[in-house]
Amino acid sequence: MYNLYAKWIREGKLKPDPSWNDELKIKFTLQDPCQIVRKTFGDAAADDMRFVVTSCVGKDNFVDMTPNKSNNFCCGGGGGFLQSGYKEQRLEYGKIKDKQIKGTQAPYCITGCHNCHAQIHELGEHYGGGYHAVHAWTILALALGVLGSTERIHLGDDLQEVNLPTSSEE
Amino acid sequence: MSDKPIKLKSGSKSAFKDMVMKLLPDGGNLNDCLTCGACASGCPATNMDDMDPRKFLRMAALGMDEEIKESRWPWFCTMCTRCMYVCPMKINIPQLVFNARRLRPRDEMPKGILGSCDMALSKPTNSAMGCSQEDFEFVVEDLLEEIKEEYPIWEERNLQAPIDKEGAEFFINQNSREPMIEPEEMGPLWKILNLAGVDWTYGSVGWAAENYCLFMADDKGWKELTERSAQKCDELGCKTFLNTE
Repeated sequence: MYNLYAKWIREGKLKPDPSWNDELKIKFTLQDPCQIVRKTFGDAAADDMRFVVTSCVGKDNFVDMTPNKSNNFCCGGGGGFLQSGYKEQRLEYGKIKDKQIKGTQAPYCITGCHNCHAQIHELGEHYGGGYHAVHAWTILALALGVLGSTERIHLGDDLQEVNLPTSSEE
Repeated sequence: MSDKPIKLKSGSKSAFKDMVMKLLPDGGNLNDCLTCGACASGCPATNMDDMDPRKFLRMAALGMDEEIKESRWPWFCTMCTRCMYVCPMKINIPQLVFNARRLRPRDEMPKGILGSCDMALSKPTNSAMGCSQEDFEFVVEDLLEEIKEEYPIWEERNLQAPIDKEGAEFFINQNSREPMIEPEEMGPLWKILNLAGVDWTYGSVGWAAENYCLFMADDKGWKELTERSAQKCDELGCKTFLNTE
């Protein structure tokens, strides 16, 4: 999906505007889904994702994890772990990812994979990091100025009212 | 570290390793291990049940097939391939793990995965959460109306979420989680596609993106699920299958 978002932005079909974050300076980090980056498209996909995210939140507001891209660690959401019944091991596995995210000090982690989203969301709660796992479409829609009030369930309080489109009530 | 050395049965044959080598190109390089440990040092599952990728491969090489069959570690490994990525010999440990999962009888597979696989197989939608086509269409239509009501601009922009649109360029799947639990999360993607002028459709069959049969190495199962979606895509004449999973 990301190579398409990146392509549409480069072609000018989508015009995300990161200025909503100029004053707020809210920091975002990015998960490199194993299946998309290391296992399939490599660093090209990782770079496309970064292009999309920085187009949405501003280059200075993006904080990369260490290590990253094809060398990033698996978060532990994939391979069926979420449904395996081995919850204790899954959360233990995710300790490394939790430490990485905390290391960025970003309150938001863009997760371009449903497994990563579920796992990182749970890690944020379980280990008290309090960071939010956010789908890429959410942040893209926000920067496009079309993210509705009911489409912010994975965003924190700080982003509930930001860049809201004009509703029929107004 | 163990206290006592493990005694191998004399003439131990690594039947499991040999079987996997037959399946993989170049035998997955499974005989080329230098025991350097680069794999284990970068694996988040290292030390779980006192196991790591290097040990797991060693066990296969030494013919400890029974111990492999009983180990839970193949379910702690997510097959993320970081081990193979850093391995100087490019050894396919993840495929060794995948095939180890296959060693369990079907009814001994982790219940959650087995249940999701069977559920998906039982529904033409492929939904592991049991979402029917009727429910999916209802949720989609309902959400579309809601969005247009709250933000009339989308009425003007003709926001759509087509199902079975013939000849659409993109056939898009959707993780069941959205229609069943968080339907509002579908809206942003529809809007993005609308703004980018993309010609797309969902399918009335095989729209669900998840594939749990793959996680239990159920080849027949995961193939069937994938074929359902692919066939629908072909039937509609879509050029690109877009996986949003």
